[in-house]
Amino acid sequence: MRNLIISLCAVLFGLIGGAVLMAVTGHDPIEGYKFLFQGGLKNSKRLGDTLATGTPLVFTGLSVAFAFRTGLFNIGAAGQMLFGGFCATIIGLNIDTARPLLLLMMIVAAMLGGAVWAFIPGLLKARFNVHEVVSTIMMNWIAYWTIYYVVPAYLKAESVETESRLLPDKATLKSTFLSDMFGGSYINMGLYIAVVAVIVIAFIINKTTLGYELKAVGYNRHSAEYAGIKVSRSIITSMLISGALAGLGGMAQFAGNGANIQIGVLPTQGYDGIAVALLGANSPIGVLISALFFGLLYSGRGFMNAMTDIPPEIADSIIAIIIYFAATSVLMDKWITRIVNRRKASAGAGTGGPVSGKESA
Amino acid sequence: MWTTIEQIFPYAIMFTIPLLITALGGLFSERSGVVNIGLEGLMVMGSFVGALTISKLQEAWPHHTVQAIWIGLLVALAAGIVFSLLHAFASVHLSANQVISGTAINMIAGAITVFLSRNITGSGNIRLMNGFQPFDVPLLSDIPIIGPLVFTKTYWTTWMILAVVLISAWVLKKTPFGLRLRSCGEYPQAAEAAGVNVRRMRYIGVMISGAFASLGGAILLVTIAGEFTGTVAGLGFLSLAALIFGQWRPLGILAATLFFGFASTVANVSQVIPALKHIPPIILSLFPFVVTLIALVIFSKSSQAPKAAGEVFDSGKR
Repeated sequence: MRNLIISLCAVLFGLIGGAVLMAVTGHDPIEGYKFLFQGGLKNSKRLGDTLATGTPLVFTGLSVAFAFRTGLFNIGAAGQMLFGGFCATIIGLNIDTARPLLLLMMIVAAMLGGAVWAFIPGLLKARFNVHEVVSTIMMNWIAYWTIYYVVPAYLKAESVETESRLLPDKATLKSTFLSDMFGGSYINMGLYIAVVAVIVIAFIINKTTLGYELKAVGYNRHSAEYAGIKVSRSIITSMLISGALAGLGGMAQFAGNGANIQIGVLPTQGYDGIAVALLGANSPIGVLISALFFGLLYSGRGFMNAMTDIPPEIADSIIAIIIYFAATSVLMDKWITRIVNRRKASAGAGTGGPVSGKESA
Repeated sequence: MWTTIEQIFPYAIMFTIPLLITALGGLFSERSGVVNIGLEGLMVMGSFVGALTISKLQEAWPHHTVQAIWIGLLVALAAGIVFSLLHAFASVHLSANQVISGTAINMIAGAITVFLSRNITGSGNIRLMNGFQPFDVPLLSDIPIIGPLVFTKTYWTTWMILAVVLISAWVLKKTPFGLRLRSCGEYPQAAEAAGVNVRRMRYIGVMISGAFASLGGAILLVTIAGEFTGTVAGLGFLSLAALIFGQWRPLGILAATLFFGFASTVANVSQVIPALKHIPPIILSLFPFVVTLIALVIFSKSSQAPKAAGEVFDSGKR
């Protein structure tokens, strides 16, 4: 409950911060927000696009949140996403088989690719105590440069040097059924996989021994070790699952929302995953909701930019401000405690007993 | 071969300097006990503020473009201090997770600078009329071997930053201020017991990192980039790696950033240098990052990291 209030406060502050930014740069914030939200929700097509934009964020958010639960800060979701998406693209471009089988192979490839990319920082952390923040950043750049040279060399499109060939329709997550339902939106089956991933991860975290062990390591590595939990193995397992999720995010992006992989970019969804996880208080359901909220901001900004002259980067700015407030939530935590205490005190004074005070808390 | 080396050297040094000053900033912050992963964002902020100031001044005084650059560097430095206060406030006063706060700094800088740039100039990029011009140091550049390598095509900022590194090494090692700062990153409770204001020292550490990283971004702008584009292409993160690679020591950082400078320059120019043409460019590009990973493994056993870096200061803890 408290997490929810903190997240909502962070969102509120982020929106206020965005409004201030718009106002000081001479724009009308109310009009800006009107078009921003209309752009994401106005009709079924826009709603579908919002869901599609949020889909990769669900995966990267889950990835970061899952690692967080084990006390790991996976800042490498961008690289894992890139490499997982790259592996899926290789399968999709080179193998010709029945669609369900092909998609299944691509999903496995994406998960394996992401997992391999996260395994290395996990191993270095478990074995050599190398801080995962620095090693995952290095892995991001290793992925970036690998894609940069390998895609033009082996998967190059005929005319464009900077991206791979387009995946054939059957090797993408495109679904005419979904697309028609949402008025021709680019929404795709990645959303189904994302919902499944949310349920599976929630199950692992809350209902399994593995999840319990991972959380124990996250709370206190030393006491977990004392309790007989294999800490090194937990760290590696956690990173593998985290990486596999990010890899799926790569597939959702490159074979769902898009149909090929580009070079020279670290996908921003990787870093936004940190924001999504933080706002979602690291819970799978929270991640789903916050990813869709960010999806709304990102898909609505184009419409806002077309209707007003507010630069589209306002969406990124709002998200960044939200994250700052989520990071400094201690402040809000203190406020909430103070308000609750004050209420308790005044309620206690009003009715002459601590019993009613408890009720208001 | 020799001419190749002569050609590469000035570029490698030019590339090293922004990394060096940024990593040095990170050193002050981490030595005081605050991990600053926001170096990338601080560099972006420096690049933006520098570009904005310099381009406006150069428009106003077309005959004093060089002075405009120096003023721009100063303004960027000041902006870095102010912007880093966000991180200092979160990590010192609010006991926020320093890595998350630093990530927020990166995101804020990346988003707001481009937003403002689009508002002010109509595009996400700000181009300078001109940046610093390289020059040959008179007399010294005639020295055989060293002259062509070190004293040709240099920039004033290069010499300035090298001086800052030496002064920083001395300040950290020998002065009471340096000792106090380091004690806050090692045993903050003991430092407090000895009368050091730990919170204030940590603020100062973060502010120095803001100043230096922002200056690093601005130097990148006026020497290499020539244009603000909303990113510094991961150089802030590379500085962070250099800080660890250099084992939290000023001269170690100098060596580490020189290594990165050379590795990146070689990767960038490999296609035009006959001697390097037969090495696949992918290997040259991956080289610095792979070596960093290996170095992290090697150094992890004997890590010289400040013991309390990243830990929230709790004066009740013993």
